[in-house]
Amino acid sequence: MIDTIIQGLLLGGLYCQFALGLSLMFGVMRLTNIGHGDLIIFGSFMAIAIAPLLGMNILMVALVLLPLAYVVGYLVQRTMLNQTLGKDPLPSLVVTFGFSIVIQNTLLQIFSADPLSLDAGGINVASIQLSQDVAVGVLPLIIFAVAAASTFGMQLLFNKTSLGRAFRAVSDDREVAELMGLNSSHIYAIATGIAFVLIALAGLFQGMRTTVSAADGPMLLLFAFESVIIGGMGSFWGTFVGAMVLGLSQQLGFKFDSSWGIWFGHIVFLAVLIVRPNGLFPKTKGC
Amino acid sequence: MTAAIIETNGLTAFYGDAQALFGMDFRLNQGELVAIIGANGAGKSTFMKALTGLVSVERKQIFLNGEHIGGLKPGDIVRKGMALVPEGRRLFPSLSVEENLLMGAFAKRSGPWNLARLYKMFPILEEKKHIPATSLSGGQQQMVSIGRALMSNPTVLLCDEISLGLAPIVIKEIYESLPSIIEEGMSVVIVEQDVMLAKRVSQRIYCMQEGRVSLEGASAGLTREQISHAYFGI
Amino acid sequence: MSVNVSVIRITRASKASISLGVALCLVAITLPFWGESSWMREFVEIACYFIFAMMWNLLAGFGGMVSVGQQAFFGLGAYALLVMGNFLGINPFLSIPIAGVLAALISLPVSKIAFRLQGGYFSIGTWVIAEVFRLSIANLSAVGGGSGTSLTALRGMDRTFRENTTYWVALACVIMTIVLIYFFLRSKQGLALLAIRDSEVAAESQGIAVQRMKLAVYVVAAFGCGIAGALYLVTNLRISPDAAFGVNWTAFAIFIVMIGGIGRIEGPLFGAIIFWGLNKFLSDYGTWYLLGLGVLAIVMMLFFREGAWGFFTRKTGLEVLSIQRRLQR
Repeated sequence: MIDTIIQGLLLGGLYCQFALGLSLMFGVMRLTNIGHGDLIIFGSFMAIAIAPLLGMNILMVALVLLPLAYVVGYLVQRTMLNQTLGKDPLPSLVVTFGFSIVIQNTLLQIFSADPLSLDAGGINVASIQLSQDVAVGVLPLIIFAVAAASTFGMQLLFNKTSLGRAFRAVSDDREVAELMGLNSSHIYAIATGIAFVLIALAGLFQGMRTTVSAADGPMLLLFAFESVIIGGMGSFWGTFVGAMVLGLSQQLGFKFDSSWGIWFGHIVFLAVLIVRPNGLFPKTKGC
Repeated sequence: MTAAIIETNGLTAFYGDAQALFGMDFRLNQGELVAIIGANGAGKSTFMKALTGLVSVERKQIFLNGEHIGGLKPGDIVRKGMALVPEGRRLFPSLSVEENLLMGAFAKRSGPWNLARLYKMFPILEEKKHIPATSLSGGQQQMVSIGRALMSNPTVLLCDEISLGLAPIVIKEIYESLPSIIEEGMSVVIVEQDVMLAKRVSQRIYCMQEGRVSLEGASAGLTREQISHAYFGI
Repeated sequence: MSVNVSVIRITRASKASISLGVALCLVAITLPFWGESSWMREFVEIACYFIFAMMWNLLAGFGGMVSVGQQAFFGLGAYALLVMGNFLGINPFLSIPIAGVLAALISLPVSKIAFRLQGGYFSIGTWVIAEVFRLSIANLSAVGGGSGTSLTALRGMDRTFRENTTYWVALACVIMTIVLIYFFLRSKQGLALLAIRDSEVAAESQGIAVQRMKLAVYVVAAFGCGIAGALYLVTNLRISPDAAFGVNWTAFAIFIVMIGGIGRIEGPLFGAIIFWGLNKFLSDYGTWYLLGLGVLAIVMMLFFREGAWGFFTRKTGLEVLSIQRRLQR
């Protein structure tokens, strides 16, 4: 049982990393990115593709991939997504849905349908013995630690920096924020840039811990989304907790029967939605 | 002749296809406090929005310190020294009092106004500086809104209906802070519902009606009859 | 001073086009007597896409609710028909409307959950719900589990008779869908829906029961999708959870509506025809084709939001199935 709980929490760490970018983009611009999961998988494939060029050095891969992700995110927001923002949720949903389809089929075209994985040099099988019966994987621990650090970093960014202040101001009242001299197009693009960095990191981890294939994206979007909703919108630590709850639920489901794991996660999500529609730790005034 | 800080010639503005301002001529001189009055829907707030770039106008029709600013984005206009205290205050709910004030300084203009100075003028704000701005009382929120505009160290301050919804004693307190602001060299435009108040605090008045200036003159010289004629258009 | 003004609900061009449409329908009814069976099968398949797209358009374009989970009701309709046909011995053709009703009934409790979310999160939430249905049914071996099963209830029926009847039923469903939505949107309720789409707050202040209206639209859309799903099983004869509950149904619906023009009745009609054409000539290109569809949808949304039909209508001023009311002295 302890093992299941630990596995659940570590899985939650991964899901938190999935979810932070989604939470950020929604928090700043009320934008729901349906291609979010596909972007994570895209990140995995990019990591897999460039790793051999960098001598399979994972750290180098990250150093190349993450800044690149920022630039791509900034440009995508500036050139395409900014035009979809507004009261009507339809434009951003259709465009990001389009992204999802384009990314999936591009990956399918380039890499075919075979699942691939990033050779992490053994780190994905290394483990630490905690006690006589319980061992935890090193990679899951690293992922958990990075996710927690990312959450802490995002919370710090939002609450203590002038950029975070700008994010909160522009999401409160864009017109008045522009009256203060803020360029909302630029601020939105920075937010997406950061979100893409978080997404790329998630993709890197996903590629290391398991095999990825072109069609995996949508499932990851759902996990990210459920983590955000369970935890409550408007709070990054809420997303962290929501991810833990989801990870635990899935692990408990898996333990019961291997085909019921994901289903049980969905059920817990729906239950939270029915009982506490604003999530466990809500902070915002609402969508 | 004193220098004109703001000048508009035949200013027109549109909301989409609907014309809202019809050829407004307006002038604000250095160190003046000018009031704009008019009934609801007369176009007062539209004029404020036009001045600050929130509503589209043509390039040549607005001059700030001699420079054309019509057509510029709000951010550029605030960087050139014109700040707006918006109608309804419109503070940022996710930000504390101090954070709202700091947002005002986003444009990074140099000048005498900073947090310390504002807290001296409105001491209650320092007490509540870490509290979410929208949980303050109406009058205190108005102080934050004015302070936020001042933090950009403007040369012109536009105040859109700052007395709305406030108790008379609070209105008095707020308007008493204006003269010291003007002494520093700022020029102020106020939009006011309360005609008597506007007459009392300003040097000149413009009255608007259906998107046009219907009356203009020195506040002291205008009679009640003239004003109500211009106000209601009867 | 009074002005004599009358409200025109249908223009002359509209009347002409509708007459043309009725003529086309009459021709279509006779198709089994002179057409090939592959044409009829193609029509039925497009009919499924079209009805699904019309429902999605009703929800998103008119109701302001962007659902990415309508496939839940499509799949439920299909599996309902499977159960009625294979286990209860009910004639599949008669089961189609029943399947629609069942889907509509299930949408009631589903709406209680889905409506707790707004905007983009509502969209993904509906997707999660569709996934729950998919996973649940994939674990039921009685209906074939993850790999699906066949509709046995039509075995033994003469092939030509089955294909003809399927075609006529599909044609009837398509015509009914267009006619019902057209008259609904022209009615008082339809006007209320348009008011809600434009501004919920304003609509509420005018006494329109916004929540009830949205629920009604959601249930009607579920009904339509259920019918489409049941129809799909009847023509395909085989079903699996992935095929029934796949998000690609919504993807294609979005595409059809965006290409044709959202918020108009003619839009999905136009879009379905274009989609059929693209499918026929380009689907051999597999991933490139789908990639192209995705890019096209993005481009349409960013630059041609009104869609092909919207563009045509704006340029020519012609409307076929007009739901506008014009004033004329």
